[in-house]
Amino acid sequence: MEIRLKMSQEQGVLHAGLDSGIQHPSLFGWISDFINKTLVITELEVRKLRHDPTELLTRAAQPALWMLVFGEVFSRVRAIPTGNLSYIDFMAPGILAQSVLFVAIFYGIAIIWERDLGIVHKFLASPTPRAALILGKALSAGVRAISQAVIIYLLALVMNVRLSWDPFALLGILAAVVLGAALFSTFSLIVACIVKTRERFMGIGQILTMPLFFASNAIYPISIMPDWLKVIANINPLTYEVDALRRLMLAGGTSVHSLSTDFIALIVSTIILVTIGAKLYPTVAR
Amino acid sequence: MTNAILEVKNLTKRFGDFTAVNSISFSVGAGEVFGVVGPNGAGKTTTIKILTTLSPATSGTAVVAGNDVTRHPSGVRRVIGYVPQLLSADGSLSGYENLLVFAKLYGISAKDREKKIEDSLHLMGLADSADKLVRSYSGGMIRRLEIAQAVLHNPRVLFLDEPTVGLDPVARETVWRYVRTLADRGTTVVMTTHYMEEADEMCDRVAIMNHGKIAAIGSPADLKASIGKDGADLNRVFEYYIGNSIESEENGDTFKDVSRTRRTARRLG
Repeated sequence: MEIRLKMSQEQGVLHAGLDSGIQHPSLFGWISDFINKTLVITELEVRKLRHDPTELLTRAAQPALWMLVFGEVFSRVRAIPTGNLSYIDFMAPGILAQSVLFVAIFYGIAIIWERDLGIVHKFLASPTPRAALILGKALSAGVRAISQAVIIYLLALVMNVRLSWDPFALLGILAAVVLGAALFSTFSLIVACIVKTRERFMGIGQILTMPLFFASNAIYPISIMPDWLKVIANINPLTYEVDALRRLMLAGGTSVHSLSTDFIALIVSTIILVTIGAKLYPTVAR
Repeated sequence: MTNAILEVKNLTKRFGDFTAVNSISFSVGAGEVFGVVGPNGAGKTTTIKILTTLSPATSGTAVVAGNDVTRHPSGVRRVIGYVPQLLSADGSLSGYENLLVFAKLYGISAKDREKKIEDSLHLMGLADSADKLVRSYSGGMIRRLEIAQAVLHNPRVLFLDEPTVGLDPVARETVWRYVRTLADRGTTVVMTTHYMEEADEMCDRVAIMNHGKIAAIGSPADLKASIGKDGADLNRVFEYYIGNSIESEENGDTFKDVSRTRRTARRLG
């Protein structure tokens, strides 16, 4: 594959040197190039994180507080119908989804920084598919989210949440966490591409986070919501994220939708958002 | 020009009512160092952004090493190197990592990668600092790192947008020397600058740009001769064609330009 890729690139240069530079790469060649470049962008972000991982620990404070304070109190109130699950069990996947959301939703501000530094310009002038630039960043948000998941599992252990240790379920959790982070970070990148300044971005980020979180099944079931809110909750991707996590994370966990419905909803939303992001990203550098 | 590697014809860019680039035409020969000079707001950076496929032209054509920037932008991206005006190296990575990422993005095979990175770092005098975080680099070192990154894949044309803005005189001379080295090895360089001595020092030919148009074009010597004054430097040529000095207060700096230049200068320390 490496050789094939190299050959097609050399031909590209040769062509370009002659007259038109028209490329007809095979679909396979294009896909392998796309995946390679996506992973390079992810690698770049992970390398940055490796140089300075403190951010990951500070980020763990928020979900810890939700679990300890909100979770403990609402366990006592017993006001929320959670079926055969205890409230803290019900809530743990919701808090995992929340921390995935919070890791991802302010991710877009990086694009504004990078625009101001000229980094965006340099990437856009390189032969990297736009969608690979977006998806690569999205997956690196997924890496950050995995670290959050580890911390929440530790918290959940301490708080006696009945976790499932089925290896397939754990793999499913990993997939759902990465996918959810990719989805919301891409959403965040799109917002950044539209608003273009830090100040507006922070404002809008704050406005978006609350409804995304509260109009979902993260800390209470959708069944107790008024009808108009149910509609919103059902088009909110976070609902599907939580639903999948609740099924996979808990011993005896149940979900409202089937796992395939949840994952298809997450994957389709991500693909749509990455496509929109790839269209908008170049406008940042103009 | 028969062996032109870059050909620009009637290139125009409008932002709403404002015409940033107004039907400019020029060509650059293979191996040339070509300078675009002019005050801030003259349309230099906009021109570079069109040639590097970052910004679409409103009309006109530009062909880089056989690739039309509008019709085959991905072809253009493969054959150019680009150093933006702002300092674009990633401070939270080491110098080596900055290059590694771009070597991969440009599809340099794993076999050649280490050697190319090493050569590039060596060429720009950064071999000893390769593993330090770029955050700790001086402004001149960052610039050289960016140039090292931009030439990793042996581009046909290297675009430098204000390569020495905000650098102190010593760092500026060093950057000049390294760009010279590249030019001597046959790399075609297209650079913008608003330092006349930089254009004089570096460029085989210079286009003087003002209000989106090319006011004059030629070698520094020809341009000096053209104004008919003995011993004229390029600053006098500039005054002659633009109507005021490049250092003048009224050369159209917008707030944005000024704040950007200051920010760059501050980052460079």
